[in-house]
Formats: sequence, structure tokens, C-alpha cells
Amino acid sequence: MTDTTTSIAVSAPRASLPKVLWSLLTANVGVSIAVLFVVGMVLVAVFAPLLAPYDPIAQSIMKASQPPSAQHWLGTDEFGRDVLSRVIYGARPALLVGTLSVAFAMVVGLPIGILAGLHMGWLDRIVGWCVDIMLAFPSLLLALLIVTLLGSSLPMLIVAIGISNIPLFIRLARSSTLVVKNLEFVQLARTFGASNLRIIVSHIFPNIIGPIIVMGTLSIAGAIREEASLSFLGLGVLPPAPSWGNLIRDGIQNIFDAPHLAVLPGLVLTLAVLAFNMVGDALRDALDPRGLTRRRTGA
Amino acid sequence: MFFYVAKRLLSAVFIMWAVTTIVFFAMRTVPADPAEVVLGEYATPEALEGFRRAAGLDQPLLVQYKDFMLGLTQGDLGRSLITNQPVADQIISLFPYTLELAIASLLIGALLGIPLGVLTAVKQNTWVDYVGRLFALSGFSFPAFYLGILLLLLFSLHLEWFPIVHSFEDYTLAERIENLVLPAASLGIIQAAYITRLTRSSMLEQLESDYVRTARSKGLAERTVQYKHVLKNVMIPVITAMGLYTGTILGGAVLTETIFNRPGIGKLLVGAIAQRDYTLIQSGLMVFAFVIVIVNLIVDLSYSLFDPRVKYD
Repeated sequence: MTDTTTSIAVSAPRASLPKVLWSLLTANVGVSIAVLFVVGMVLVAVFAPLLAPYDPIAQSIMKASQPPSAQHWLGTDEFGRDVLSRVIYGARPALLVGTLSVAFAMVVGLPIGILAGLHMGWLDRIVGWCVDIMLAFPSLLLALLIVTLLGSSLPMLIVAIGISNIPLFIRLARSSTLVVKNLEFVQLARTFGASNLRIIVSHIFPNIIGPIIVMGTLSIAGAIREEASLSFLGLGVLPPAPSWGNLIRDGIQNIFDAPHLAVLPGLVLTLAVLAFNMVGDALRDALDPRGLTRRRTGA
Repeated sequence: MFFYVAKRLLSAVFIMWAVTTIVFFAMRTVPADPAEVVLGEYATPEALEGFRRAAGLDQPLLVQYKDFMLGLTQGDLGRSLITNQPVADQIISLFPYTLELAIASLLIGALLGIPLGVLTAVKQNTWVDYVGRLFALSGFSFPAFYLGILLLLLFSLHLEWFPIVHSFEDYTLAERIENLVLPAASLGIIQAAYITRLTRSSMLEQLESDYVRTARSKGLAERTVQYKHVLKNVMIPVITAMGLYTGTILGGAVLTETIFNRPGIGKLLVGAIAQRDYTLIQSGLMVFAFVIVIVNLIVDLSYSLFDPRVKYD
């Protein structure tokens, strides 16, 4: 069943991809909002110093634990730091860890998966065992183990969450390669003496990129959630640097008097994960010809 | 059948051995010295040396590994660096709490997710479908710990249906269930979202199959086609996925047990990490990995129960 699904996904027409994506983004209001949210999140992260009304780590005991007001829209925390500014700056680690950890997992996982799918034999068996062993750890716990071993810092978080995502990309690249390598044009290229590298770069990779983009987008959502979870446990972004996870952790200390301190960062976090999931789902629909047919026929 | 089961068992044992070995050696690469972590930076060299000798840390790495594996075969997971209590005892006493949380949340996920998935597929492109899909997509995006906080705020703080502080000593069955509801719901609702999505897409795929067309052309009632023929075939991917979700649930349990201050392996692990209790971290991770390997093995072997076409040759 997996192979059938993959073959459908990987045989998507490449030339019409931008058109398909554009029509999808403009046809569905929910997806348009999700894309706008993602774009907005990127802009907020990039221009955080311009958008944040206050320094996110500047403490002021005089302003401690203030409720929302005209000066501080989301109030202040127990150290007098402006919560809105911290939420705005929290987009930075979320996006950085989300995108870079997935990029790391792709850079490591895709070549391994493609080679395993292309050569089969002993390499495939060893890769299969490694993937099985990695999947025996829940991804959050694998990241937890790595952060415990290597220490908490932004680069380590990226590596830890990236490593926990590697098996997904190995599996996807392997199963997609298994389908594409048996297609006629790849066999023909091999008959004409094309090298393995040329077959991978010119034929296999461009034809498996669709499902990889989908998996990448959905994995960013998962990585953002994982970063927040680790920061919530005190093992991710360390205070005083703001992250949505550690904002919720700080907020929960004051949950009786000021529940908004935990609820609002959590809401932003959930919306960010939701937006990436919606974009990932929409991309999957766009890259699946069966989905396209259904939309075109109005089914 | 026998050879397949033997092969899967061997493979599971191999993965458990590999996991154990990786965790053991990974823990030994930690830059911090466990003796310094436990005794503090002002401990005398003699005290540090004594601690290392008592914990067997002065032995060559391969000797430590051999002792650890020998101990493991006898159910000895070593002693906590902080409390000096046998780790196996702590894990055995806390495991039932995590197990009941995992089972309850999987039950909530299945009881909510499978009917909702079927309903959204059968009522495709109606408001029922849209609401169900919205629930699935939102639930799929909720971090478990955040959903836990929201449930705690709503049901414990505002509605006061459940106590905020739980007692885990001398409790009745009713209290035990009461303590379980919110944590299990916070994990179960997220599982339900995953299961709804999967059941819906599998059901839609099956509804387009040839055998469904044949069943309909024979004049069978739509309800019989959907529930007697299609649902059976939908169950295989759903059960497989539920096995795979064990990992997500156990990962979520780490957070949920922390939020609800509930005893369990997850909370034990978080505490061990905070205290740098490497023996306890090592064992906690191993237990989680073992559970996942065993659940996947059971799921693999149970396919033939749900689909008689599956033969293990």
C-alpha cells in the first residue's frame, strides 16, 4: 500500500506544480489564512526588534506581574518583563529550530534513504536496522536524551530535534526511490551508462521531491512543538531568552492569578503548529494527482 | 507462521539489545563526572574516588558494560546515583501509573477517533465532515502539555469537577479514576485526532474499492457495506497506527505527568534529568524503548486476527 501511495505521489507532474500550488492557495480560504500566518510569523521573527514594544529580557521589579494594559498589551511577568515582546521574540527560536532541524534531518536522511533504496542489499538492511532502533525511542525522548548528553543551547536543540526526525526522511526517501528507480526513464538512463550520481541528481531526486516537501512542512510543525515541549521541561531554550515553551512554563507558576501568561503563548504556539500542518496537508493534496482530479471534478 | 514469529522475536530482541547498548555507552559519554554531580564540586578527591569505586565507575568501560548486561538479565538495573535505591524497584512501582495513563488515553483515542473517522468519511463533504476534520486538524496540532493546561484550567479551576491536587496514597478506585480522567483526556484527545484522520482517509480509500462496488451492486444495504465490509479493512492500518502512537503517548506522558504532577516513569525521567541521575535516566529511556518494541511486535503478530488473508510465511 505504501508503494502505491508513493508512486502516485512521486509521479505528480512537475511542470504544473507552481500553478497547482497557486490555485490551491487561492481556492481555499483556510489554507490562504494558514499561509498568511506562516508568512506573518516569519516577518515577526525577522523584524522582532522593530515590532516588540520592549526589550524581551529587560527586568523591572516596579512593573512585576501587571495585568494587560495600554502600555503592556499582554501584561508583564513576575520579573516585570513585557509578555507581548517575549511572545514576539519567541517566534525566533520556534522558526529557527523548526526549519533548521528539519533541514538537518533532510540533509542527513535523504542521501542515506536514496542510497538504501537504490542499492538494496546489505546497505539497505543496515539502514533498516538503524531506523528501527531510532524509532524505538519516542522522538521527544530521543531529543531529550541528546539534549541531556550535549547540553541545552539553540544549536544543540536543532541537532537533537533534527536527529529525532532523520528516520522519517530515510524511510520516505527509501520507499520513494524504490518506486522511481524501476520507472522506464531511469532504467533507460542506466542503459545509456548514466552514473549513479547522475541518476540520483537528475532523475530520482527531482521525482521524489514532492512527498519530501510535504513531509518537510509537516515535520516543521512537529519540530516547533518539540522545541516548545523541551523548553517547557526546562531543557530547550534557557531563560531569560524567550521561547513559547518556556513562557508557558513560567506562566504555569502563576496559573491561578494570571492564566493568560500560560494560555496566550500556548495559543500562538498551537496556531503556528496548526498553520504548518494546514500548509503541509494542502501541499499533499496539491501534489497528489488523485486529489487534484477530485477537486477538478468537484468530487 | 512459526518462522515468522521467531524472526520477529529475534529482531525485537536485537533492537532491545541495540537500544540498551546505545543508551549505556551514550550515558558514559556525558562530559560531567557522576561522582562530582552527586557529591558536589567541593567533595574531596578521596570521597570522589570512593564513590566511583562503590558505583563501579572506576572499572574499564567494557567491564562496566558486561556487569550491566549481566545485571539486566537478572532484573537488576543498578542503583540510583542520588537516592541509592534500586532503580528496578522505582520503575516497577511507577510503571502501572504510566501504563494505565497510556491505556486510558489510547482507549479515549480509539473510542472517539474511530467512530468520528467513520462518520466523517460516510458523511463526506457535509457539515459533519467539516466539523470532524476541523477537530482532527486542531487536535493534531495541540501540544499535549498545552491541552493539559487548558483542561486543568477549565475542569479543575473553573468548573471544579476534578481536584487540582491529587492524592496518590490510600485512594479508592473512584479516586484513581478521577485522577486519571484529565491526564488521559489530554493525551487521548490528541490520539483521537490522529485516529480520526487515519480512519477517515482509509475509509474513503476503501469505499472506492471494487469489492465495495460489487457489494453495492448485489443490493446490500449501504450500512452493511460500510460497517460489515469496509470497517473490517479499515481496522488494519488503524491498529498499526495505534501501535505506532504508543511512542507519541509515552513521549506525551513525560509532559502530561509533569503538568498534572502525576507519578509515573515520565515524571521520574524528568526528575532524573534535572538531578543528572544517569543510572535512572538510562533505565527510564530503556523501559520506554522496550515498551515500544514490544507493542509493535504484538501489533505485527496480531494482524492475522484482524485480516485472515495475512499469512506469516
